[in-house]
Amino acid sequence: MSRSAARYGLLVALAMVLSWLESLFPLPAALPGMKLGLTNLVVLFALYRMGPRPAAAVSLARVLLVSMTFGNAYSLAYSLAGAAASLALMLLLKRAGTFSILGVSVAGGVGHNLGQILVAAAVLGRGALWYLPALLVSGVLAGAVVGAAGAIVIKRIK
Amino acid sequence: MIKKYRFDLLLAGGVLLLAGLLSLLLRSGEAGAWAVVAVDGVETARYPLSQDLTVTIGTDRYNVLTISRGAAAVTEANCGDRTCVGTGAVSRAGESILCLPHRLSVRIEGGADPAFDAAVR
Repeated sequence: MSRSAARYGLLVALAMVLSWLESLFPLPAALPGMKLGLTNLVVLFALYRMGPRPAAAVSLARVLLVSMTFGNAYSLAYSLAGAAASLALMLLLKRAGTFSILGVSVAGGVGHNLGQILVAAAVLGRGALWYLPALLVSGVLAGAVVGAAGAIVIKRIK
Repeated sequence: MIKKYRFDLLLAGGVLLLAGLLSLLLRSGEAGAWAVVAVDGVETARYPLSQDLTVTIGTDRYNVLTISRGAAAVTEANCGDRTCVGTGAVSRAGESILCLPHRLSVRIEGGADPAFDAAVR
């Protein structure tokens, strides 16, 4: 019990640090919402090593804590929608069993961007949807990079 | 190798294909006529692209909208991420500049060319 509590704490802390690091070095992205999504590495790890519930718990804790520390109510809405859509798609694909961690991570990246753009469209109007194609592409690329890294990490760390 | 990742590749390819189709659909190609400014999704102002202009939207939380040679750009802002500035200039109908922290959008609309009025005047 205490061991798993320590593990959760470690993963949430790691996810927070990765969020922070990513905000320090933003991609030279021209569009809002484009990022590598390094924190998904932690969620992937939790998903494959611990299961769906722990992954959801780590993801939720990360979103809440990061929004409280670095963000505001609005960024919370975006992150929450992104994280929820991302996790839902990853669970679905992992359960389907036909995809490797790469495909699951790609779905996670795309889901993250989909969730965020839906909130953006709700807040800002349909103009936000113009970004959808570019965000789909960036979600696939970011998901693939994070998935490849995740495959290595999960193999090495028991 | 390929076989192992067959479904992953199919998934990635499918999403990329969808993105390509969507961008074709969304790209009207129509030249824009207006820069429509909206805060919280509610239109607050519209400016003709045919007239060069620099205007500051908001006070404490501001974005500077510049219209120059038929294109609109956010050239300055005090939001955190400044992606609105990074988006650059937009000029085709349907294109948008978003500032998520300030809940601001600048959307290009087509329609009757306001340059016509300007020319008459």
